[in-house]
Amino acid sequence: MSNIHVRTKINGDVVEYVCEADETLLDVLRNRLGLTGAKEGCGTGDCGACSVTIDGRLTCSCLVLGAEADGSEIGTIEGMANGEQLHPLQRKFLEHAALQCGICTPGILVAAKALLEHNPKPTETEVRFGLAGNLCRCTGYDKIVRAVMDAAQEMRRA
Amino acid sequence: MRYERPTTMKQASVLLTREKGSAFVLAGGTDLLVRMRTGFVEPDLVIDIKRIPATREITSAAGGFKIGAAVTGAELGEHAKLKKAWPGVVEAANLIGSKQVQGRCTMTGNLCNASPAADSVPALVAAGAKAVIVGPNGKRTIPVEQVPVAPGKTSLKKGEIIESIVLPQRPPRSGDAYLRFIPRTEMDIAVVGVGVSVTLDAKGVCTDARVSLGAVAPTVLLVPEAAKALIGTKIDKAALDALAKACSAACRPIDDKRGTREYRIKVAGVLARRAAQIARKRAAGNARDRAGGK
Amino acid sequence: MPLDSTQQNKRDFKVVGTRPLRPDGIDKVTGRAKFGADATAPGMLVGRILRSPHAHARIKKIDTSKAEKLAGVKAVVTRADFPDKTDGDAALYDVLYNIMARDKALYEGHAVAAVAAVDARTARDALKLIKIDYEVLPHVTDVDAAMKPGAPVLHNTIFTDGVEPKPKKPSNIVRRYEFGHGDVEAGFKKADIIVERTFKTEATHQGYIEPHACLANVGPDGQGELWVCTQGHFMVRDTCARLLGMDISKLRVTASEIGGGFGGKTTVFIEPVALALSRKANRPVKVVMSRDEVFKASGPTASTSIDVKIGVTKAGRITAADATLRYQGGAFAGSPVEFGAMSTFACYDLENVRAIGYDVVTNRPKQAAYRAPGAPMAAFAVESVIEELAHKVGMTGIDFRIKNAAREGTKSSYGPTYGPIGLLPTLERAKQHPHFQAPLGPNQGRGMACGFWFNFGGQTCVSLNVNIDGTVALSVGTPDIGGSRASMCLMAAEELGIPYDKVRAIVADTSSLGYNDVTDGSRTTFATGMATILAARDAIKKLTARAAQIWGIEPDAVTWEKGYAKPAGANAGNFPPLSIAEIAAQAGATGGPIAGHHEYSADGAGVSFATHICDAEVDPETGATKIVRYTVLQDAGKAVHPSYVEGQFQGGAVQGIGWALNEEYIYGKDGRLQNAGFLDYRIPVCSDLPMIDTVILEIPNPGHPYGVRGVGETSIVPPLATIANAVSAAAGVRLTSLPMSPPKILAALDRKAAAE
Repeated sequence: MSNIHVRTKINGDVVEYVCEADETLLDVLRNRLGLTGAKEGCGTGDCGACSVTIDGRLTCSCLVLGAEADGSEIGTIEGMANGEQLHPLQRKFLEHAALQCGICTPGILVAAKALLEHNPKPTETEVRFGLAGNLCRCTGYDKIVRAVMDAAQEMRRA
Repeated sequence: MRYERPTTMKQASVLLTREKGSAFVLAGGTDLLVRMRTGFVEPDLVIDIKRIPATREITSAAGGFKIGAAVTGAELGEHAKLKKAWPGVVEAANLIGSKQVQGRCTMTGNLCNASPAADSVPALVAAGAKAVIVGPNGKRTIPVEQVPVAPGKTSLKKGEIIESIVLPQRPPRSGDAYLRFIPRTEMDIAVVGVGVSVTLDAKGVCTDARVSLGAVAPTVLLVPEAAKALIGTKIDKAALDALAKACSAACRPIDDKRGTREYRIKVAGVLARRAAQIARKRAAGNARDRAGGK
Repeated sequence: MPLDSTQQNKRDFKVVGTRPLRPDGIDKVTGRAKFGADATAPGMLVGRILRSPHAHARIKKIDTSKAEKLAGVKAVVTRADFPDKTDGDAALYDVLYNIMARDKALYEGHAVAAVAAVDARTARDALKLIKIDYEVLPHVTDVDAAMKPGAPVLHNTIFTDGVEPKPKKPSNIVRRYEFGHGDVEAGFKKADIIVERTFKTEATHQGYIEPHACLANVGPDGQGELWVCTQGHFMVRDTCARLLGMDISKLRVTASEIGGGFGGKTTVFIEPVALALSRKANRPVKVVMSRDEVFKASGPTASTSIDVKIGVTKAGRITAADATLRYQGGAFAGSPVEFGAMSTFACYDLENVRAIGYDVVTNRPKQAAYRAPGAPMAAFAVESVIEELAHKVGMTGIDFRIKNAAREGTKSSYGPTYGPIGLLPTLERAKQHPHFQAPLGPNQGRGMACGFWFNFGGQTCVSLNVNIDGTVALSVGTPDIGGSRASMCLMAAEELGIPYDKVRAIVADTSSLGYNDVTDGSRTTFATGMATILAARDAIKKLTARAAQIWGIEPDAVTWEKGYAKPAGANAGNFPPLSIAEIAAQAGATGGPIAGHHEYSADGAGVSFATHICDAEVDPETGATKIVRYTVLQDAGKAVHPSYVEGQFQGGAVQGIGWALNEEYIYGKDGRLQNAGFLDYRIPVCSDLPMIDTVILEIPNPGHPYGVRGVGETSIVPPLATIANAVSAAAGVRLTSLPMSPPKILAALDRKAAAE
């Protein structure tokens, strides 16, 4: 097994690591960098709990090799708040009780943020299809969709 | 496992040719990494082609489009000219997986993974798309339907990689559409997929058509009898009935965890009907020439 | 214990019933919260489990020698490392057998060996080096097939209980249960119309997004620590200690945040193995299940085969109801058929009723609880027949149910007589609900159904400590799976009369608190809540006693009001009130730390009823079903935190929607699971659903100080039949087997067309 030296940016910080060639970006984030916000729910890209952005694109980090991150900019849940200031999505999720166990929440927040960056005025249907790649088993998605729509409205007013 | 990032297609081909163990091409990785994770493959070498500039581009070519092997589904969906000329191809590619998968997946990968149920393939076949292959013996171009030969197997020889997929120039009054059946609203592998492309004359009579079926045979099917049912007609109810019948007859599906034989045969006809109607509507709306290009 | 039930309806709650932010919220939206797989320890090893590829096989020989020699492998365990210390406890023996196969592998995925190695690759390679000699045996996965004579027998120690005479030959039928009263034969004779149907449901999985994960650390002195995502860390501690021959006091288990359980994490799977590996390697060992392992080797719920026969008079009154339920619970005894049989007819006021249940074993993973275990399948069957009967006598489904509904004073089909219950209120409210009046579009149909769940009490222990600044530290022992820490803080704040944010609740580890039963049975807000209230009242006694001491008066001359100790009347003295902070600041000088606690076995849990309404649209050419509108009406007794009550209603309803339409375990002829992943085990995605409307009714439970009833489980009971009834109305075909996948619906439509 060959080791790969990777230089990348994560949440705006320059990060370097060495990983095995077949290690996924998810494994690197969780096991080498201590960024355990991204979760492994399935390991095969079917649940979205490992969602991150790569150069602004929403992705499942379990479907990306750690090696592929070289030269890219990675965005994880840990970079969503601005210091003490929560992102409007994070606040709205708390206000709307849009989480119960919270395991899918990091992935859904990352996906919702990417959705709103591409489409600041989504309809309910667009929100639902935009989040279709993120499984939630606790909430039935109702309060999640409300929270995203509410956050979108607040962000448009700002 | 080793990981290489060539910067030219030639380099990639040489790496593939020279590898004595198992070598895999990596573009989006949305199939390869799953197969690695589930233990189906244990690559000795992974060749990441995303550092080869031409693979990331959509360019105009001979009035049509040339789509690099590493262009993602998301990028296809954002290309206005491509969407306008080939809405069926783009909507098919955009049905692969979730938004997360769309950020990485490629039509070329979808084609080479050779799943019978691949979403972009029936639309590409209906469009008359061709695959441009680079290999140790130079370049060759073949219709995409000649790429998959069996589930998980392609006709590519050792050292060959698909560099791009080419879509031909679109005559005026042409339209395409892709529909699939899945039990949920997203995320599922197609139980049946249908791609239809039609060209109409000024009177609305169909002068050319291609109909392709996915997930109903070991490989994608191009169904000439279905096209014949449309050509020379105004794609009216009688033509659609004949189309549905021809599609159902062409199916050679299996019973599996996603659907039964009977279900696939029936729904192939239903979707063919619906896809042809969408294609016709799009064709009627495209009276002017739709040339490709950036 | 004394409860002031007369005051319940009139009580003006100050904070209970509001919707504050949850205390663990910030951690969960920033990714800081630590779940089962998020912990690490220095020197940690990776543990992986080798699992049987066969559905049924004798394990003749296990050779781990090559694996043990592989560089980087620090421990290997097999059945040889798990001597039987269960001391005649049959249920515990089954757990032992399930976590590590003994003489036979009883299902595909059954654990047969495990390794701990320095990294994942080495662990994976080590598993490949373990040689197992299997003698493959015939297998059986279908519940009806397993009951037939001649079926492959899993355990030659099972002789059906509850039948006379007791069988002489072993079989796969563990036990026969019977509930009911009256005389069903006589009742059917009085019926004008009888409907008799058979239903089948496939096995489903709880589908929690977080796979089982734990980090075990056993030291050379035999003391162990375990970090684990679980619904019951005390259960984990006691079970693992017994299986491994450890003193319970030597094992300290901490419950991590848990990424979903729904009953599937109320038992152990990988934890004893992780501890055994750690003990052998003398290093921490982390074991995390892959998604594939979760489906194959944790605890899905039962697949079932159910016969229902109900008779009614022309006027629409049920005269007799009879059901036979056959549930398979995997390779060991304990399918939820007992609960299924008990709950089958619980919604109805019946003179003659009988429910018979058979617990059956098959070559599938050992079942675990799944939200109202056993009840959804039974309700699917009964509520489908009820709907048919209603139409046959020319009544609407809702009026028929209102006419036959159980109410206060009804003798339930499972024995007890009901106190005040909420079934009729939910039915009557449903009838008035705008959903019922809304117009339907083409290919759309409306269905409804009722559901019931018992809810449980259980052993519970709470400790409430008053800090010297007057804030409160609350230690509970039931893991928080849905926001219960917020509800506990609300109840403590309510009793003490202090602001919500002055109370902080934690889930204490097993060494810091007395025993608590698992978080299940919808018991947490009820039982831990009641214990919190009583612990707060206990603390108040002590606070008032301290105030009395400070003032130099008798303790019973002091009352507690809105966070202050006050003299009880003018005679007690003219002292200005003392706040909780002021009293606590003097704790050291007045006798020491101030705390309240309560430990008990809670009873008085209130049963909970629900009515669901659903509009479904069925594409007649493909059988695709879309849920267009869904409403949940459920009795919560008292909604402590309404947002979390709504969340339980919505989450349970959506699990039911998935169960009804798409979710199923698909087995091949080889007895192997074909869809062990989220791609082909299809749980609902966001775009599949509409908003789920909720109506919370509050018919107080006299057994709880605030009237709380459990809410977590009832919501999964009605959806299966609600949707079956909606699909039947939309498409004109009634499906009696779940899931109602498109191929099944289309085939039913084709059969109907052919018959016409």
